[in-house]
Amino acid sequence: MARHLISSADLSRSDVEAILDTAASMHDVQRREVKKLPTLRGRTIINFFFEDSTRTRSSFEIAGKWMSADTINLSAKGSSTSKGESLRDTVQTINAMAVDALVIRHNQSGACHQIAGWVDASVINAGDGTHEHPTQALLDAYTLQARLGALDGRHVVIVGDLTHSRVFRSNAITLRTLGARVTVVAPPTLMPAGIASWAQRDGFSWSWDLDEVLATGDAPDAVMMLRVQRERMSGGYFPTAREYTVGYGLTRTRLEGLLHRNPDALILHPGPMNRGLEISPDAADAPASLILDQVSGGLAVRMAVLYHLLAGEGSAA
Amino acid sequence: MSDLLIVGAALWSDPDAHARVAHRPGERADVLIRDGVIAEIGNLSAPAGVPRLDADGLALLPGLVDLHTHLREPGREDAETIASGSAAAAAGGFTAILAMANTDPVTDTAEAAERVHDRGREVGLADVVPVGAVTKGLAGSELAELALMARSRARVRVFSDDGRCVQDARVMRRALEYIKPFGGIISQHAQDGALAGAAACCHEGEISGRLGLPGWPGAAESVIVARDVQLARHTGSRVHIAHVSTAESVEIIRWAKDQGIAVTAEVTPHHLALGTELVSGYDPTFKVNPPLRPSQDQEALRAALADGTIDAVATDHAPHARQDKEHAFEAAAFGMLGLETAFCVVHDLMVRSGRMTMLDLSRRMSRNPARIAALPGHGQDIAVGHPANLVVVAPDRRVTVDAATSNSLSHNNPWHGMSFTGAVHATILRGRVTAIEGKAHRQ
Repeated sequence: MARHLISSADLSRSDVEAILDTAASMHDVQRREVKKLPTLRGRTIINFFFEDSTRTRSSFEIAGKWMSADTINLSAKGSSTSKGESLRDTVQTINAMAVDALVIRHNQSGACHQIAGWVDASVINAGDGTHEHPTQALLDAYTLQARLGALDGRHVVIVGDLTHSRVFRSNAITLRTLGARVTVVAPPTLMPAGIASWAQRDGFSWSWDLDEVLATGDAPDAVMMLRVQRERMSGGYFPTAREYTVGYGLTRTRLEGLLHRNPDALILHPGPMNRGLEISPDAADAPASLILDQVSGGLAVRMAVLYHLLAGEGSAA
Repeated sequence: MSDLLIVGAALWSDPDAHARVAHRPGERADVLIRDGVIAEIGNLSAPAGVPRLDADGLALLPGLVDLHTHLREPGREDAETIASGSAAAAAGGFTAILAMANTDPVTDTAEAAERVHDRGREVGLADVVPVGAVTKGLAGSELAELALMARSRARVRVFSDDGRCVQDARVMRRALEYIKPFGGIISQHAQDGALAGAAACCHEGEISGRLGLPGWPGAAESVIVARDVQLARHTGSRVHIAHVSTAESVEIIRWAKDQGIAVTAEVTPHHLALGTELVSGYDPTFKVNPPLRPSQDQEALRAALADGTIDAVATDHAPHARQDKEHAFEAAAFGMLGLETAFCVVHDLMVRSGRMTMLDLSRRMSRNPARIAALPGHGQDIAVGHPANLVVVAPDRRVTVDAATSNSLSHNNPWHGMSFTGAVHATILRGRVTAIEGKAHRQ
């Protein structure tokens, strides 16, 4: 496995399988009374967040702590440009403190990629702009596998604001790596540029029509609803919340249709949800919903990622 | 005194009907310069005391003229000064460069224009011709003192808010009308701000989609080009399209020229030679405005330069201090160096490949830009009586670009490590050698 985790494309199928296997053991640790493992004792991990995040940051923080690493949270909100300091200066200052890993969340695409070229520490991408969020894709795969077993040939539909979604970009890669079929759905204004050639090259399908995707062809094994920010309306991406929901929301009617075709179909959402916009309460709280499983799996997956990038040889748990 | 004998070069410039002695393009001859003026052409022997420049196997062209250079003086002298930029220009074969107005303060008054002009003369490595802002402070709303800049000792003829587009069609129309009496021209940075805003930093297409970078669609350029050629037609004034980057813009310019509209256009070496896929590694060295485009646009630009639809090559030389490029891609500064590499790139890509002749190159990089900018003494035929603003090039010399050896103060060089065939050997400004083999010679 490479030293950094910047893009989901950095991981081969065997890398992903190794991480998910380790995550399963880590998940067992979470159920113990004493959750501490000595694995990363003496290691320093800095969670360096240039953008607000509660869940991802606390997930990485707890993951590090349960593995006995010293974890420190830093936030550098706002652009460093305004302080006259370049991004390189900012991260090299931190790197000079002899840290072992930098877990980085940044509001701009590609920042982790650039940072990895400037530091000695392992860089873990905890979400960069509208580019990627590889640990999210790993936890989604982990959560799905826990229910479905191997994902080969399974059909996963990803719906929502694809243009601005790092969750989509990483999931499209990791799900394909594990052999799943992926269909992505968005209104034309929230469909990324160049999707036709991109989808063809990377072997996934795309559509503007959610009902057609849900009702024809392979019945979905899982539907992943992405958050749609209400601010997108002012950007002219769609006219009203109501119109978005009618076209692209997982409404009660669509949920019934989905479960009618495949009673075992599952529902995911990376959070935070806009209940009533992209996902109805009926869907979010349905037995088919794995949304809380995603959160608990997230912790196990992040422990596994830290283990594989930092621990070297030896048993995980 | 500026005397020089250039021996044995092939002469590449347009035959000039008014010249007393004209040569055929590509013909070999010796050129004697006396007091900064071409005194004799032919098979000459060196008069006593006149230095010789051996140019056997080399080519002589009128000195290159760059319609689009960013010197960072005044305001950001840490990134480039008029002196360092002039040195880079001389090293790159340029005898005249037009310095864009987006300095701090902006070149929007006669006094500011004269300061740039005078400092350029003082340095003496190239004629530094200020471009005036179209609007005060580049703000896009009120006209700058266009006529006072034109009347000044800097003799400003080219006006541009470059870096920003003149968005308001009414302001653009008034500016085009206003500059007619003194033969001015507006160089438009064509970028519709609603379609491609400040965050737009990557050609909108599969790569921007994959990378999650805000896209800069080609249509944001061509809609402004279409509007402005209509305004040029309506006003009967001259509009120049800066750094054309798309096939659609080329089509509109071709159509407008067919209609007899007074539109001219420039293309940069980087838009000709470098493609959008270079941004895949998020290296801000390749972040430029307008962005690098896909290969079909590059091909359309090359064809348009060869057939004359695009009149000129311009560098858009844009030096930046290192710290301004070492941000996340979206936040990093736009722009790349270009003065020292322009000839090598264009020669290799267009002449050596057989798409253009050396004469075509001398037209696109010297005669046409000099005429567009109405520059006296530059871009003229190599003929007796003309000022000796010349460049000696080595068409067969192989060069590998090294960002570290630049005359520029900045290092944002996208050509670093690349090799080209064709190099600038020496640059001559009014008979004085200003650079030899990449090294500038201050007076």
